[in-house]
Amino acid sequence: MSSAQPAWDRDKVLGIINTLKHKPGALMPILHGIQDSIGYVPDDAVPLMAEALNLSRAEVHGTITFYHHFRTTPPGRHKLEICRGEACQAVGANALVAHARKTLGVDFHETTTDGAVSLEQVFCLGNCACSPSIMVDGEVVGEVSADNLDAIVDSLRTRQ
Amino acid sequence: MTVTVYVSRDSTAISKGADKVARAIAFEAAKRGATIDMVRNGSRGMFWLEPMVEVSTPEGRIAFGPVKPEDVPELFEANFLYGGQHHLNLGLTEEIPYFARQQRLTFARVGVTDPVSLDDYIAHDGYRGLANALKMTGADIVEEVATSGLRGRGGAAFPTGIKWRTVLGAASDQKYIVCNADEGDSGTFSDRMIMEGDPFVLIEGMTIAGLAVGATMGYIYLRSEYPYAEVALNEAIAVANARGYLGADILGSGKTFHLEVRRGAGAYVCGEETSLLESLEGKRGMVRFKPPLPALEGLFGKPTVVNNVISLASVPIILDQGGANYQEYGMGRSRGTLPFQLGGNVKHGGLVEAAFGMTIRELLYDFGGGTRSGRPIRAVQIGGPLGAYVPESQFDLPLDYEALAAENAMLGHGGLVVFDDTVDLAQMARFAMEFCAIESCGKCTPCRIGSTRGVEVIDRIVEGTERPRQVILLRELCDTMLSGSLCALGGMAPYPVLSALNHFPEDFGVSKPAGKAA
Repeated sequence: MSSAQPAWDRDKVLGIINTLKHKPGALMPILHGIQDSIGYVPDDAVPLMAEALNLSRAEVHGTITFYHHFRTTPPGRHKLEICRGEACQAVGANALVAHARKTLGVDFHETTTDGAVSLEQVFCLGNCACSPSIMVDGEVVGEVSADNLDAIVDSLRTRQ
Repeated sequence: MTVTVYVSRDSTAISKGADKVARAIAFEAAKRGATIDMVRNGSRGMFWLEPMVEVSTPEGRIAFGPVKPEDVPELFEANFLYGGQHHLNLGLTEEIPYFARQQRLTFARVGVTDPVSLDDYIAHDGYRGLANALKMTGADIVEEVATSGLRGRGGAAFPTGIKWRTVLGAASDQKYIVCNADEGDSGTFSDRMIMEGDPFVLIEGMTIAGLAVGATMGYIYLRSEYPYAEVALNEAIAVANARGYLGADILGSGKTFHLEVRRGAGAYVCGEETSLLESLEGKRGMVRFKPPLPALEGLFGKPTVVNNVISLASVPIILDQGGANYQEYGMGRSRGTLPFQLGGNVKHGGLVEAAFGMTIRELLYDFGGGTRSGRPIRAVQIGGPLGAYVPESQFDLPLDYEALAAENAMLGHGGLVVFDDTVDLAQMARFAMEFCAIESCGKCTPCRIGSTRGVEVIDRIVEGTERPRQVILLRELCDTMLSGSLCALGGMAPYPVLSALNHFPEDFGVSKPAGKAA
């Protein structure tokens, strides 16, 4: 499987590991550091982390796979997260999710065929007074309608 | 003359366009040669009015809102910098009834000050609690917090003073203060608001906690869904370190307290304290067996205080004004104030800090103004995804830990999610089980397996397959989860399910029971 993964900058990842490995409980900061830097945590980086932290590869793999936030494949150019919390459901989040799936042609944890948008679900963005909410590349947008969403997706497709 | 203009940096304000409004104001001011001093404050918590712009006038701050970027030129035409008349002019901010009727203790500065200005914090009574604490023994600080009656604001409502006393009494070469900022409950945002709007109050509260129990290191475990809070916290921590309010020698006292923000990674169960500690240690967020209590064997096996953001952020005012003063607010065993949060299908969503004891109805209608859709309120879920669905017949209950518990409901972290009469409670019950299945850490069987079986059983009830037998099965399953789960995730997921079934049986195709349902 790992041979099918695209190339990633090994020195950059090693740099992140070496900068953070001395912290107590360093694995989570390292995983965030890698994903923030290159967009995902490659399978081939697991042995590097295991060696640096004196953990088994299974322990590192186990931590990565426990958390919804970490991904092991490269993301699309943009990340679109739709909140499915109860407050958002109270004002139409389920319809918004159905609309997004249909118009993007993908399910959660998938990326559109043009590589523009990765769709994710999220449970609460803390924006519950202005639901339904989405997060676009880390930026919260409130009171989102299907039309708003289409406009946002269009702009993401044209942006690099 | 320079006018101070306030535009919030709160993420809800930004989600409604506050950044664009701020840019439009700066652009228009430059074009017109008006000198303004723009402060990006926290939010006052009146979110239907965001983006809300405030200007300082000799009479006090005057609010305008909700402001769209295209409104900005005409606001300047209307001389809004000096409180000019305009249809968006809301008058003096602090006289807006929604705000004026609150009792803001923990949120005293949120929306008022520049969140990352230490000078502003100090000018608004900040760090007075720490000044007092530095003159006290650890035991005296703990007793002051015990006197206040403060109970854990994350939802479990355990007395904070007792927790601290246990950690103080534990002998160890290292102790920790861990702030649980994994605010995952839908319908809650008070932790987020305080971290974005007044991060120094949390830093001060954690520092005082460190002095109280003898801990020199603190971690804020912050959910990854809150990137703006992370920015604000790290800005404030850097300032506090630079100015001697954190670090190896706090204000020349010789006392040490270091603080670091750690980011979670989208696991709801990490809001459970032992799962959170596992995550901080770099592991899967698997719930631990208790005992040992984290107070005795917590982070890295050392005695650890784990408190919610609001609990810790309430400590500075307790140390400043005294525990006796704080405990004068509230009712019964629920002392002090709680920042209630109104979300979902509500007209006036936002944050309402008030003493315990207000009725659900007052909060929903007097503050919330009913639904956003204009339809009748049918149900309100109180206390997050593990909280009960409360029907209209119970809206006169007071918002108090014990009063809600007596009705098989819970106050939790103080979030209320409003639903109108289009809601299908059978589907919400199904979602509660689905959510539990997605977020279960998998350590205990009732939660791991029970949640998936719960989804299936509810589906069969809704389809009408052997309905009476499946209802009995669902109740038995809920009983197993309630009694047999290791933590609150599996142990409380039955609350929304059973409350939906008991109060809204018609949504499941079940007729109303004759007597009061168990």
